[in-house]
Amino acid sequence: MAYTVRRPNLTFAEKIYLPSIVAGLAITFKHLKNMLAGKTKVVMQYPEEKWDASMPEHYRGAPTLVRDEHGRERCVACQLCEFICPPRAIRIKPDELPAQSKFAKVEKFPLEFDIDMTRCIYCGLCEEVCPEQAIYLKKDYAITGTTRAALMHNKQKLYELGGTMPDLVHKWNPEK
Amino acid sequence: MDWILILSSVAKTLFLIFGVVLPLVSYTVYAERRVSALIQDRMGPNRTNFPISLLGFKKDLQLPLGGLGQPIADAMKFMLKEEFTPGHVKKFYFWLAPCLAMVPALATLAVIPFGSFLFGQKMVVADVNVGILYVFAIASVGVYGIVLAGWASNSKYPFFGSIRSSSQMISYELALGLSAVPILMIFGNLNLSDQIMHQAREGWLLLPFTNVDMAVRGEIAWSQVLTGTELLLWLPIVLSFVVFTISMFAETNRLPFDLPESETELVAGYHTEYSAMKFALFFLGEYAAMITGCSLIVVLFLGGWHLPFLPLNSLEGSTGIWGIILGLIHITIFFAKVSLLLGFFIWVRWTLPRFRYDQLMKLGWLYLFEIALVNIFITAAILAFI
Repeated sequence: MAYTVRRPNLTFAEKIYLPSIVAGLAITFKHLKNMLAGKTKVVMQYPEEKWDASMPEHYRGAPTLVRDEHGRERCVACQLCEFICPPRAIRIKPDELPAQSKFAKVEKFPLEFDIDMTRCIYCGLCEEVCPEQAIYLKKDYAITGTTRAALMHNKQKLYELGGTMPDLVHKWNPEK
Repeated sequence: MDWILILSSVAKTLFLIFGVVLPLVSYTVYAERRVSALIQDRMGPNRTNFPISLLGFKKDLQLPLGGLGQPIADAMKFMLKEEFTPGHVKKFYFWLAPCLAMVPALATLAVIPFGSFLFGQKMVVADVNVGILYVFAIASVGVYGIVLAGWASNSKYPFFGSIRSSSQMISYELALGLSAVPILMIFGNLNLSDQIMHQAREGWLLLPFTNVDMAVRGEIAWSQVLTGTELLLWLPIVLSFVVFTISMFAETNRLPFDLPESETELVAGYHTEYSAMKFALFFLGEYAAMITGCSLIVVLFLGGWHLPFLPLNSLEGSTGIWGIILGLIHITIFFAKVSLLLGFFIWVRWTLPRFRYDQLMKLGWLYLFEIALVNIFITAAILAFI
């Protein structure tokens, strides 16, 4: 069965179309005027304004390594993060601490600790699995580089980003 | 004498094309992007730095220009991009088409009087008596560039685009030409600079009271500012103006009539297969055609370089210091008017949606053509009997 769609009865003003053009022009001009007067709310202007201040506590940015209050690197090179990392972005080369070291009882430390930021998916599993609370996802989200090598974060770079986080684990503190 | 004529023509051409029109084109493109953004509640391109660190400097050059460096960056980009010619195109015509799109737009500028007098010269490259006919003749050559581009590209979408464009331009050229006829009957003259002088004396066609300054200075009687005939003629002039402007939108392929390159259906229309500077030539040609169209509207309806309460210049007086200043002011006024009209073109583009193809043809053939035709007879009757 065929339906007959009734055409709307247009007035003369609607038929000649010009009044609606003028109305449309008025609307766009209002938007232009409000924008020029600064009345319109626009999106954040990114490089100048950032949302760093309003970022939530649980934000997962770039993974970093941290030191404790004695300046000891917290990582004990257990390699759990290397094993759990889903994209296999972490590479650790462990080494033994020398016997005369102040923290000799820790036994191991990472000689090399690389995170490939071209592979990292910011999942946070390394932070979760770390028994020594040595690896943290900080709030840096703009990780850029012009070469692949620049995106290969080595140990030095990771400690630079991470800094110090005191009073988390006390078992390795030297005896008074 | 001949050498002076040739040298002054070359100087005027260089000034017009490289000094005014090409910069105006690139900044119209910028204005298009910025105004569209502002209308749509966005910011638009508002930052462009000069990456001179690429050339070995320590830091990038950061000038407080907002986005005004954007056209320069765009031009650099077009020049440095790969000039790619697809394997399936007809090479000769493929290379010819962008030139044919650009040249007519610039050639029509030759008869546009962009100022009064300066240094004892008329500010028009070619002061010919066929003025507006020359513009129509050359402007319709512009369609060849588009047709050739679509045909030489040897691909579906450019072909559709060029077919649409040619039929559209041919149908709207009729309305364009016919809507100019009443104007020419009122002027009784085809020379564009004489038409501006006429408007300076009798008031602009669209605003016939703009010769009020002459009444103030006592050169004409107050009753002559707005005579009965002028009032009667105002209706056909407004009709003419509306038809002429709408046809100009269609002629320059601007939205709401940009079916030749409707992005949603035809990728990019006739220049789908073009890249780098060849594409840029189409782009520039389109905007240059817009500037020519706006100049023509300004010359025919809005008094060209004339502004009330500003004294007129003369050929002899234009070598003195005041004559030079006045000549420069007149040139500025002309391009200010053109820029305002370009702003209107942009404003309309971001207001109206695109017409359907049958609506476009119906509007052109069933309404504008008839209105323009009837308008001629109305004007003729008013001129003959009143």
